[in-house]
Amino acid sequence: MQQPQWTMILRPRKAWYEINLRELWDYRDLIVLFVWRDFVSYYKQTVLGPVWFLIQPVLTTLTYVVIFGNIAHLSTNNVPQFLFYLAGTVLWGYFSSCLTKTATTFIGNAPIFGKVYFPRLTAPISVLISNLITFGIQFALFVVGVIYYSQVNAYVRPNWFILLTPLLLLIMAGQGLGLGIIISSLTTAYRDLQMIVIFGVQLLMYATPVIYPLSSVPEQYRWLLALNPITPLMETFRYAFLGQGELSLGMMIYSIIFTIVVVMAGVLMFNQVENNFMDRV
Amino acid sequence: MNTVISVENVSKFYALGVISHRTFSSDAARFWASMRNQPDPLVAKSEKDPASMQGQFIWALRDVSFDVQQGEVVGIIGRNGAGKSTILKILSRVTAPTYGQVKVKGRIASLLEVGTGFHPELTGRENIFLNSAILGMSRAETRRKFDEILDFAEVEEFIDTPVKRYSSGMYVRLAFAVAAHLDPEILIVDEVLAVGDAAFQKKCLGKINNVATEGRTVLLVSHNMVAVGEFCQRCILLEHGRIAQNGPTQKVLEMYAHPLRESSAGSFDGLPIKGDGQIELLSYSVTNQSGEENILPLTNEDVTIHVRMRVNEEIHHPAVGIGIHTEQGVLLTSVSSVEQGILLDPFHQGEMVFDVKLCKIPYIAGFYRMDLWFTNPQGHYYARADDTIRFEVGQSAIYGVSQVDARWGSVYAKIQFGAAPDLSAEVK
Repeated sequence: MQQPQWTMILRPRKAWYEINLRELWDYRDLIVLFVWRDFVSYYKQTVLGPVWFLIQPVLTTLTYVVIFGNIAHLSTNNVPQFLFYLAGTVLWGYFSSCLTKTATTFIGNAPIFGKVYFPRLTAPISVLISNLITFGIQFALFVVGVIYYSQVNAYVRPNWFILLTPLLLLIMAGQGLGLGIIISSLTTAYRDLQMIVIFGVQLLMYATPVIYPLSSVPEQYRWLLALNPITPLMETFRYAFLGQGELSLGMMIYSIIFTIVVVMAGVLMFNQVENNFMDRV
Repeated sequence: MNTVISVENVSKFYALGVISHRTFSSDAARFWASMRNQPDPLVAKSEKDPASMQGQFIWALRDVSFDVQQGEVVGIIGRNGAGKSTILKILSRVTAPTYGQVKVKGRIASLLEVGTGFHPELTGRENIFLNSAILGMSRAETRRKFDEILDFAEVEEFIDTPVKRYSSGMYVRLAFAVAAHLDPEILIVDEVLAVGDAAFQKKCLGKINNVATEGRTVLLVSHNMVAVGEFCQRCILLEHGRIAQNGPTQKVLEMYAHPLRESSAGSFDGLPIKGDGQIELLSYSVTNQSGEENILPLTNEDVTIHVRMRVNEEIHHPAVGIGIHTEQGVLLTSVSSVEQGILLDPFHQGEMVFDVKLCKIPYIAGFYRMDLWFTNPQGHYYARADDTIRFEVGQSAIYGVSQVDARWGSVYAKIQFGAAPDLSAEVK
């Protein structure tokens, strides 16, 4: 009797280390198409089209200028308020959309996941990439602002640290993804988390130096912000493009370790939950 | 013989009443057990002491084993709740089995629904690419098949229009066309896929048949006995999560149409009852219009179904609904007290008998099945028994023939025939 060569064995449980990255790679076309679907469907049937990607951060930035700059008089370390808040809005926007959108992976995609199998990680990964495109458009606007202000304002001094931008984005995407898929895995059982994410991200923004520089924080609260792994990313980003911010190798290493841990934990958890989450959603 | 699918002792457990019984500590216990590769404590408990968990779980599949050889077209049939969709979900990797394993050889594609992932804002062309990627095709493969798909779907002129502007017929044709042009070695199809107008339906079934003649393996899950009879050499009949019959299609279909149980009374024990358990269904009996249990009711007579049940907590505003099907699963009647505007008296705690009287039934001799459900006015299920209550209508001389049976259809209608002169002919 011939020994059959099975291509696939479906078992009740996967071992915790059984993560099929090869299969994920086979579905790379799907990731591309998901990204492209999100991008195109975002502005279809709108008059302004992709311009909407810019209107959002600009209006948010103007609001911050009025409220935090002109009413609350928060310090921006002499950087023009518009540019300072734009830097914060654009970078924070990337993190928060990565987190909130990957956090609904299982629940939001349940109709598709319930009907057909494909590696579930394609969904959150495509979210990261389509957010990166949005970020790219907004970032281009920010760069224009930096170039303009660096000519007219002596405090704005872009420097070679801008070469670290891809690394900063990678770390940020990792944090958004890791936290997002952990939350997404838990929300299959506890929907409460969904509610927490929405305002949790808003609150987290105030615990991150987005609308204020780290240097303006009183010494006794510094340690709190130092615990936040997004703090060094924000500060390094602003240092690179605006010349104002605090660089700290120690905090950066902490942030990177945090990212690695959270991504690994997230992927392991996601991998277990995808096995039979449909029974619970 | 080359076995391409081997299903080995597969069972699937579903915990019901999830919301009220889910606690953090039981979740933590289940999680901890799964980390140590130990059986789920909830499953273990339901096996050791099923009585303590009455109504809180269901075995959607129990020890199901079968093999499928390469190039075979196998039908999976059974009534609602028999486990058909569960086995589909396991084979298509949407969910994992609780026990047992499934071995597969070759690329498997499952079509549980057409148009999965279609985005309304995208054009037909864009959706073809997106949908085929979801089904596992690369962009290069899709590009190669693009013209064929377009041709099959008959929507060339609208290919660059967003699909939200499509008529439902066009939408379905496009969706099926994509699915039909997958190239898997094993195709799992839910028969509800064959949709659209009659001509297109034929085309769909023809396409499925083609796939089979090309030496690929097809698993067809169906209610449609005609389709199964036409395409499948072999059939698997599922009943309450177990395989009741596995063999040549004709033999299994006969078995499906004439199950051995002949009694007019029955119990709900071990049958899949859904709902929150507020009402427990115990047993039922069927009587004819003279109240006799052992004489069959006839067409145009009244039938009463007496359902004995236990109410666990007083229900102030109960609502009830029924559905009646033929043995082949064709729905004949469906009605509920909510739609009829009938208010039922409150159900008091304890055991009671609830009567459903079907007045002057129009059904022709044969077996029928009734669904019964109790809800609150908002439609929350206290208890729901699909396909479980069975009754027989006896033969009577309704059409003036003594042996009226299923060949005369399922529903009796009083019809008058007459000839009249053709008035338009006289004008000429």
